[in-house]
Amino acid sequence: MLEIDDLWVNIDDKEVLKGINLRVPVGETHILFGKNGSGKSSLLMTIMGFERFQVKQGRISFLGQDITQLPIYERARLGLGLSFQRPPTIRGVKIADVLRVCSRGAIVPEVLAATYDFTQFLDREVNYGFSGGEIKRSELLQLLAQNPKMVLLDEPESGVDLENLQVVGAIIAQLLQKDRRPQAREKSGLIITHTGFIMDYVNADKGYILLEGRLLCSGNPRDILQDIKQFGYEECSKCRR
Amino acid sequence: MSEIRERAEQSRGKKAAFGRDLNLEDFSRQGGAWEYDPDYRQFSPEERSRLLTAGIELTDEDHAGTFLQADKAIVHCQTRQPGLEVLPITEAASRHDWVNDLIWGLVAVDADKYTAAAELELDNGYFIRALKGAQIAQPVESCLYLRTDRFAQHVHNLVVVEEGASLHIITGCATHPGVISGLHIGVSEFYVRQGGKLTFTMVHNWGEEVHVRPRTAVMVEAGGTYVSNYLLLRPVKSVQMYPTVTLNGEGAVARMQSILIAHPGCELDVGGRVILKAPHTRAEIIARTLAIGGYSMARGHLVGLVPDIKAHLECRGLILGNGVVHAIPELEGRVAGVEMSHEAAVGKIAAEEVEYLMARGLDEEEAVSTIVRGFLNVKIEGLPPALEEEMELAIQESGQGL
Repeated sequence: MLEIDDLWVNIDDKEVLKGINLRVPVGETHILFGKNGSGKSSLLMTIMGFERFQVKQGRISFLGQDITQLPIYERARLGLGLSFQRPPTIRGVKIADVLRVCSRGAIVPEVLAATYDFTQFLDREVNYGFSGGEIKRSELLQLLAQNPKMVLLDEPESGVDLENLQVVGAIIAQLLQKDRRPQAREKSGLIITHTGFIMDYVNADKGYILLEGRLLCSGNPRDILQDIKQFGYEECSKCRR
Repeated sequence: MSEIRERAEQSRGKKAAFGRDLNLEDFSRQGGAWEYDPDYRQFSPEERSRLLTAGIELTDEDHAGTFLQADKAIVHCQTRQPGLEVLPITEAASRHDWVNDLIWGLVAVDADKYTAAAELELDNGYFIRALKGAQIAQPVESCLYLRTDRFAQHVHNLVVVEEGASLHIITGCATHPGVISGLHIGVSEFYVRQGGKLTFTMVHNWGEEVHVRPRTAVMVEAGGTYVSNYLLLRPVKSVQMYPTVTLNGEGAVARMQSILIAHPGCELDVGGRVILKAPHTRAEIIARTLAIGGYSMARGHLVGLVPDIKAHLECRGLILGNGVVHAIPELEGRVAGVEMSHEAAVGKIAAEEVEYLMARGLDEEEAVSTIVRGFLNVKIEGLPPALEEEMELAIQESGQGL
């Protein structure tokens, strides 16, 4: 579904991604681990096409189409969906309005919100005064409305309490069609996590460590997480190289 | 000569405290001799369409009363509901002695050359009165219309909402499609008696070279409510106004909302002031200004004179492309025990907000329109559907070409 070849990316004059190669097949969920500032969010933002992330070299293709130069909204319309780690506040714009526009009229915001106990937020301004958990639920609800083929989740569990984590996990599992057999899944995911909590809800297929803009290793995500916990990032990346 | 007339004479050349100074001699005082029109037959489809964008529907249906003045001429005036009186102000003054006691009771005749001109060369205006206890369910539609190019229209309006009565006025001010320049001077004095409620929605749709100088003051007695909505979405040369509401009795409430778009070449100096003179009064001023090439001075002033009052001022400006928004929010507490606050913000649309919505599948223009729509999203009750469409159109046009 997603193929990245030799991707080099700058923010202003600083190299943030250095030769990334990555494949996420249809129906698979992959996990990105890495220290703060290692380039994980930059990778997701680059895949989504944010202007600040300048591709200097390499290629991103999605569903067989080269999207390296496509504007953000065309990538979204092709089926890429991003849950932001720290989304902006948009004063005056209501959650219900965003749900309506991002589904392009395909869903009724009231029905969707009622299903996920989010009704009281429909008339709230986007992310204004939201708690960490509310932000994540709002992000995921928008993705449900958008119904992407591939979801990019930037730390979906950060700032979320245990009660909300269950809700967040359940929505992500639904987005990724985890209720289906692996061969029947049509949706893919690329998830950034520090704690790995989200893996209790999403049975991920593959994990990577990203360090200083480079993908240093890949493997079973639970094994990688265990190694990180035991040895730290530096040691883990050395032994799994 | 009466004392009022004398003061007006002495103020003929007096500049206004704010806004660009105008030479009144640059405008004509020769308005058209338009006939009274009970069925609105004299209006062409173009005029109807133009008036519709100012919220004027040119029908007596669904309105408790209607008033239409073109230049100097009263073209239509009707009342359809008991408990409501709608008259030209000159006729009201001759019918009720007390009307003369209310005229210039709230606005100073010698405030500036514009108030003076309204006294010295009056072209009528409306008188609207809701009698004691009357609940006027449908809105009253009033229209002040410039139908002759370069004409200076001088009107004086008086509204009285008597004890316990309730009234909604939609005032549309517009120019004929062929009128480019002109001047509108409108003195308005509103009295909201004890427990009364007045909702006043004013929509301006003037020509691109028209100057507008409203002079408005409102007095609200105990338990009364005044709600003001002001929409200026289309190009105009200049508007300068600073309506003042005085909350005179315990528990009186004022809410003033304005939505302004400053087009290229446009000079706006628009404010709102509320003086809270009695305990437990409350006031809220909300202003949203969108600059798309024009200049807008957004003023707001809350004055708390007694303890146990509560007031909030919210002034937000958004600059699209270029333009100027200059916000001056003022809080003036004169005693301990007042609770007053303000929130002011002026800026451009943040790129991250646009990109956020683009990541949801909106193209750049749709994303900007969504943000602008949200910015201007001030809930205005009882807005005619045509005005909502007009707002949507203005929002879409504002986001184009960025």
